[in-house]
Amino acid sequence: MKKFAISIMLVAGMAAFSTDTPFSQPLSKDEEILHALNRLTFGPRPGDVEAVRKMGLKKWIDQQLHPERIAENPELAQRLQPLDSLHMSPAEIATNYPPRVVVQAVSKGLLPLPQDPEAKQRVQLQVQRLKARQKANGQGKGGDPLKQAMRQQVLDTTDPVERRKLVADRMPQQALAYDLNEAKLYRAIYSNRQLEEQMADFWFNHFNVYMDKGADRILISTYERDAIRPHVFGKFRDLLEATAESPAMLFYLDNWQSVSSDRPQERRFAKAKQARGLNENYARELMELHTLGVDGGYTQEDIVQVARCFTGWTISQPNRGGEFIYNDRVHDKGEKIVLGLKIPAGGGQDDAEKVLDILARHPSTARFISTELAQKFVADDPPPALIERMAKTFRDTDGDIRAVMSTMLESKEFLSEGAFRAKVKTPLELIVSAVRATDAQVDFAIPLATQIAQLGQPLYRKIEPTGYSSANSEWVNSAALLARMNFALALTANRVPGSQVGTERFENDPAAVARQVLFHEPAQQTLDSIEKALAQREPTPALIAGLVLGSPDFQRR
Amino acid sequence: MPTRRTFLKSSAVAMFGVGSAPAWLSRALYASDAPSRRKKILVAIFQRGAVDGLNVVVPFGERRYYDLRPNLAIPKPDGTENSAIDLDGFFGLHPALAPLKPIYDAGHLAVVHAVGSPDPTRSHFDAQDYMESGTPGRKATTDGWLNRALVPEKSASPVRAVSLGAALPRAMRGKNEAVAIANLNDFQIRDTRGAGTFESMYENSLDQVLNGAGRETFEAVKLMQSIQKQPYAPDNSVQYPNSALGQSLMQIARLIKSDVGLEVAFAEMGGWDTHVKEVGARPAVGQLANLLGQFGGALAAFYQDLGDRMADVSLVTMSEFGRTARENGSRGTDHGHANVMFAFGGGIRGGKVYGAWPGLEQEQLYEQRDLQLTTDFRDVLGEMVVRHLGNTGVSSVFPGYDQPKFRGILAG
Repeated sequence: MKKFAISIMLVAGMAAFSTDTPFSQPLSKDEEILHALNRLTFGPRPGDVEAVRKMGLKKWIDQQLHPERIAENPELAQRLQPLDSLHMSPAEIATNYPPRVVVQAVSKGLLPLPQDPEAKQRVQLQVQRLKARQKANGQGKGGDPLKQAMRQQVLDTTDPVERRKLVADRMPQQALAYDLNEAKLYRAIYSNRQLEEQMADFWFNHFNVYMDKGADRILISTYERDAIRPHVFGKFRDLLEATAESPAMLFYLDNWQSVSSDRPQERRFAKAKQARGLNENYARELMELHTLGVDGGYTQEDIVQVARCFTGWTISQPNRGGEFIYNDRVHDKGEKIVLGLKIPAGGGQDDAEKVLDILARHPSTARFISTELAQKFVADDPPPALIERMAKTFRDTDGDIRAVMSTMLESKEFLSEGAFRAKVKTPLELIVSAVRATDAQVDFAIPLATQIAQLGQPLYRKIEPTGYSSANSEWVNSAALLARMNFALALTANRVPGSQVGTERFENDPAAVARQVLFHEPAQQTLDSIEKALAQREPTPALIAGLVLGSPDFQRR
Repeated sequence: MPTRRTFLKSSAVAMFGVGSAPAWLSRALYASDAPSRRKKILVAIFQRGAVDGLNVVVPFGERRYYDLRPNLAIPKPDGTENSAIDLDGFFGLHPALAPLKPIYDAGHLAVVHAVGSPDPTRSHFDAQDYMESGTPGRKATTDGWLNRALVPEKSASPVRAVSLGAALPRAMRGKNEAVAIANLNDFQIRDTRGAGTFESMYENSLDQVLNGAGRETFEAVKLMQSIQKQPYAPDNSVQYPNSALGQSLMQIARLIKSDVGLEVAFAEMGGWDTHVKEVGARPAVGQLANLLGQFGGALAAFYQDLGDRMADVSLVTMSEFGRTARENGSRGTDHGHANVMFAFGGGIRGGKVYGAWPGLEQEQLYEQRDLQLTTDFRDVLGEMVVRHLGNTGVSSVFPGYDQPKFRGILAG
């Protein structure tokens, strides 16, 4: 770490003396192609480098910026097809995949059974299991004996439709988590619209929501589908609006419970359940994490003012899959001053819209979003001049995300020595890139998701609203490195259930195998280490491929 | 413990060759030659889900407790296993915590009541986050208090900070090296055909970041190998419960006794969110009693297993918030405010319940429903950090909380 810090200082020192920084040194044509593939996709597949070379890098990047022009991979649709919760509304999800509170309510007779026969059967099964569990608890037996057996049964079931029904019937809430995880991984692995998937990952993470916070389990899949995905290349203001009024975000950051603090009548009404008032949680994160950034120039008083503007933005019955509603009765009607701008008294739902306008168009937001994009796609410490150009595009185009991306991807800094292999892969990137590099056939992605979680990045389960960091320091630690190496060997030995590597495609010579999965020459030290091992034993090509995937070379992108 | 030391020395030579053992290892060796220079060890246990502190350490001396909890209250001590175990004439332990009573009587177990986070949140997710970051109300904190509690060192042991479990918990993240170990026996390259090759790749790599982390990893792996070779037999023929916490504490004990440079450890236990059927047929049995049985059993086993080594060790327990003073309509309790913490170890001034008792009368309750807070959790943890670990920079361990009020749980 220390050495690394020194090299950063050296880089900074050099920049002070001349304009000749690593970010101004160009790459070779081959490096450019590999670099673009490593950054804009979840890792190259066999044949990708040649395809981009044939098409021309500029044209390929332009195409990735316009995903609608790229024909989608039919293998993807086939894998997504059985995951039916992805196509449902939250209300349908609540009926078909009942959360525990609904099961409890039905069990006590407070809610009727659903009409739909399949959903009814599912709820009945859950009620039976709940009662069995409660009985077992009373007798001192903890745990759920079904769970362990279930896991094995799920892994043993190869037909995806049957497998999914098994999970949905026995553990409906788990099925929702499975659908989300599987869909994310199938898209990352199989989609031809790779940059769109990288952007969906970036924006979901930027506007993070945590799957295990109560009702968010049933709200989150609509959130990704309807609030995030349609806007990944669109206008930032639209994306911000979509997240601000999504039930998933309103629930996650508690705005749905925030009411005007000077509405005594309303307070008395609400007291039966809990004392309520202004909740600043969303207002704070909206400015700190979603728009201005922590040093973006707002104060604690601005947080209170923004929270007041958002009172009344709430949800009807979150656990039943309720929708966004505006409740004027709990809205703070007074005058507010946000970042020095007056929002007059007597407003309604529109107060918050004005806040979103102010924030989306604030120069701090342009800089903060540009910085985050450059940190993900260029380097942990991106050159300030690049950020400034991106921020200018953001301001000039009223926050057109595609235009900001173009500015970044066309810059000399993006295709420079300073950016080349400067990023350590996140667990998601590491595992998906290994699957893509080896052209593995993935028929059940949950074991891969489990590996990603073991490497420290459980998908849809980042508790903090900050999302996951893409900084190298976040992902380089002992336990994680060991887990990466173990995964690499398990994958090519075909010991990861649900994924199959066709090991016959690997060549016999270590250097050739290394080129097959790295798409460039391995480091001499990596090759020497493998060859030393070769001299002692008889490693198979599959083992060599595993060693390369676990090498320092493959940890970077 | 001459056998262990000899063993450690010989395996160090085997691992690194004469004269090339890394600094932290030689330090560990010298440290075990002179027990007084051995590092202190702090073990933190998180009870996730908000344990019902009022039924863990029962204020049986307060009549109002019985009014608020007609179905849940643990009866006053009467010597049977259906009643509280008297601690000081006012507070009593839940009967399922009987294994902890001898430690209390020996003066090594302290209780702090009405303690917790001053933040009003009743969200598990926020409250756990705040308790682990050590900065209630501040979400932007990226590292955890237990990581900040370590004093940065040039060549620290690769296992100076260990959390038991697959991921590194929030409390342990930060700039100091910390490893998550799910299982000591499995902390290795599973496919032996790969181990030496990976080590050589990372050791020789010109990638400075991965080279550094790789070296640390394989140092830790080798250290674990030396431990893994010896099957572990707890001292005093102690039986750890077969629960996750029991197994975690057994592995922490194993690390401590191996003298590999452990300074802070973290383990957790879930399932405390008892909204429904917290108690069974009687208040002293049921869900909470089962959980406490596992919890107390694991802690007591750890204490007995370590024996004299407890002189170097302090263990502290915490949970994100307490539960409502009043029972709810489903023989359970809902999210509340202040709670109870345990601290035990050789240096703990135990046999005492610390913390001012705020009372349970309606006007004494927090927001008229929960136990009021009289001790900030950072007062307890801060005292551990300063007086046990000897890290006096408490204001950087708990930023924004410069002057924790020590309760005298440890000798000052």
